Amino acid sequence: MNIHEFQAKQLFKDYQIPIPHSLVAKTADEAVQAAIHLAGDSWVIKAQVHAGGRGKVGGVKFAKTTEEVRDYADNMLGSTLATHQTGSIALPIHSVLVERSSAIQSEFYLSLLVDRHTERLCFIASIAGGMDIEAVAAETPEKITRVFIDPAAGLQAYQCRQVAFSFALQGEQIKQLTQLMQGMERLFLAKDASQIEINPLVATESGELLALDAKINFDDNAVALHQDIQALHDTSQEDAKENIAKQFDLNYITLEGSIGCMVNGAGLAMATMDLVKLKGGTPANFLDVGGGTTTEKVTEAFKLIVSDSNVKAVLVNIFGGIVQCDVIAQGIIDALQQINTDLPVIVRLEGTHAEEGRALLHNVAPNIIAAEDLDHAAEEAVKLAGVVA
Amino acid sequence: MSILINQATKVICQGLTGKQGSFHAKHALDYGTQLVGGVTPGRGGTEHLGLPIFNTVAEAVTCTQATASVIYVPPFFAADAILEAFDAGIKLIVCITEGIPVLYMLRVKAAMAGSDALLIGPNCPGIITPDACKIGIMPGSIHLAGSIGIVSRSGTLTYEAVHQTTQAGLGQSTCVGIGGDPIHGMNFIDVLSRFQADEATRGMIMVGEIGGSEEEEAAEYIKNHVTKPVVAYITGLTAPSGKRMGHAGAIVTGGKGTAIGKVAALEAAGVTVVNSPSLMGAAMKKLLEAV
Repeated sequence: MNIHEFQAKQLFKDYQIPIPHSLVAKTADEAVQAAIHLAGDSWVIKAQVHAGGRGKVGGVKFAKTTEEVRDYADNMLGSTLATHQTGSIALPIHSVLVERSSAIQSEFYLSLLVDRHTERLCFIASIAGGMDIEAVAAETPEKITRVFIDPAAGLQAYQCRQVAFSFALQGEQIKQLTQLMQGMERLFLAKDASQIEINPLVATESGELLALDAKINFDDNAVALHQDIQALHDTSQEDAKENIAKQFDLNYITLEGSIGCMVNGAGLAMATMDLVKLKGGTPANFLDVGGGTTTEKVTEAFKLIVSDSNVKAVLVNIFGGIVQCDVIAQGIIDALQQINTDLPVIVRLEGTHAEEGRALLHNVAPNIIAAEDLDHAAEEAVKLAGVVA
Repeated sequence: MSILINQATKVICQGLTGKQGSFHAKHALDYGTQLVGGVTPGRGGTEHLGLPIFNTVAEAVTCTQATASVIYVPPFFAADAILEAFDAGIKLIVCITEGIPVLYMLRVKAAMAGSDALLIGPNCPGIITPDACKIGIMPGSIHLAGSIGIVSRSGTLTYEAVHQTTQAGLGQSTCVGIGGDPIHGMNFIDVLSRFQADEATRGMIMVGEIGGSEEEEAAEYIKNHVTKPVVAYITGLTAPSGKRMGHAGAIVTGGKGTAIGKVAALEAAGVTVVNSPSLMGAAMKKLLEAV
């Protein structure tokens, strides 16, 4: 789960991670009031959306007067923002963060995440702050320092000093960075984060360290343990169809192609998308109906798929294990009774109760096509999607 | 022969009296698995499905001499269940549960480090040696006792590989679902090395997916240590970057863990990588005929 920058910064504050003085505004008036309240002679106005790369597309503006604060806030609020991280979807801007501008001396990168290989928490630090860390890792790996945390011992002060020296910090700043990193570790563990990223972390001209940006992702498996984190969830920043899918406990991801996919199992769902592509088509979605599925869930899943106007054909691929193929078949029949569609539906059923499932679908509707095997199903879907288009 | 489990393996079930536990335990018993008891705290001394229920795993081990345990408890209690089994001396712990927080699993792995106990999963279908022992949620009927070792991060794709090797008449020695979570127990190398050493296994199929680097590490291992034929299928070629594709561990981040990278590493190691999930069995058959 993602949260907004202003929410992340509030959590930073709770864990003694220093942030610039800032206030959230939902209207241009509030933004002006915020700037006056924060004082200073210049401010940064930042669109609050769940995506990085805002600066490059006008989502971060530098204002020297309160009139400029008003103009920028007015332009941003109520509009949308698409960055390189949002794909083709533009995210609505419902609030802006007004921040007193900082006199920056140097910029760094600092993040904390779970390293799968070592099975430990890992700090990633770089003197190349404000840059795309993946590009830094690829082009100048010597600029990256990694610190792994022993789960029993926890983060040690010497490890923070290692990072501090890699940043060429001195004196008081070394202590500041140690406190900051310890705060990140405590926040991560207390709230089941999956990543905390500060890019950039800055040293100001007066010598302070500040988290200029703040990004926190939380472990979806653990969010239910933290009511305070759950309350930060903003569905307006997520795909509408994906939100509906969540209500029905379906694993759904919107893609941009023309072949809707309904599959059981995450691996088989991905494999089905790959197979569609291999046969020359493009998948419209990832959808795993899951192990303990019911006809109702299948019906909802089917409705969701055909609600996408890009979809020209639906490919159903089920390998019945716990899932029974006749349950899936009944779900498709129920869905077709509720919604009128003549989209071709290509169905491949294998495994538990496959025969019964095929029998149910036999002669139900002319647009339901039974496929002999997986390859045939994908080929047929691609062919029929093309014909309709 | 087989790896890790056989007809003599005694298994207990943690969470036997729950809905999931009951359902799958019944199928395991029907399959002929030596399921010898269950653990449900507070229900010790009772019976369920004709099996004795114990309050603790330690008690169950003392009374039944079980060496394996299968876990069907809800995600927030599953890490505790794994560690209880570990503490009681269980040598093979199979955790089916999906949705365990990552930080829980980091602690579990740290606690088990350096021991000889093995963990399969979590978020996996389990392990099966056909006609001998079924520990998990896979449909027993699609299996055939035979000579192919299967290891996979995905449940349903394991079933595809099983189905195809059954259709091809090759059958399976043992099938291991290592699970779709980023932090999990046995990895590809742990399983492939056992298949290499197992006399009954003539060839191996590995099913990988986007995320992490275990396929790349397996490729390196295969290059240096595996002499039996290996077929691989990697899924997630069309998955968008930064999105979790159902499995918590199936995510491409920062250009790392891509399907293309994994395919390239495996091909460089001499593995036959198929580009369609429907070709695993046929490719294996062809390789074995050429041997």
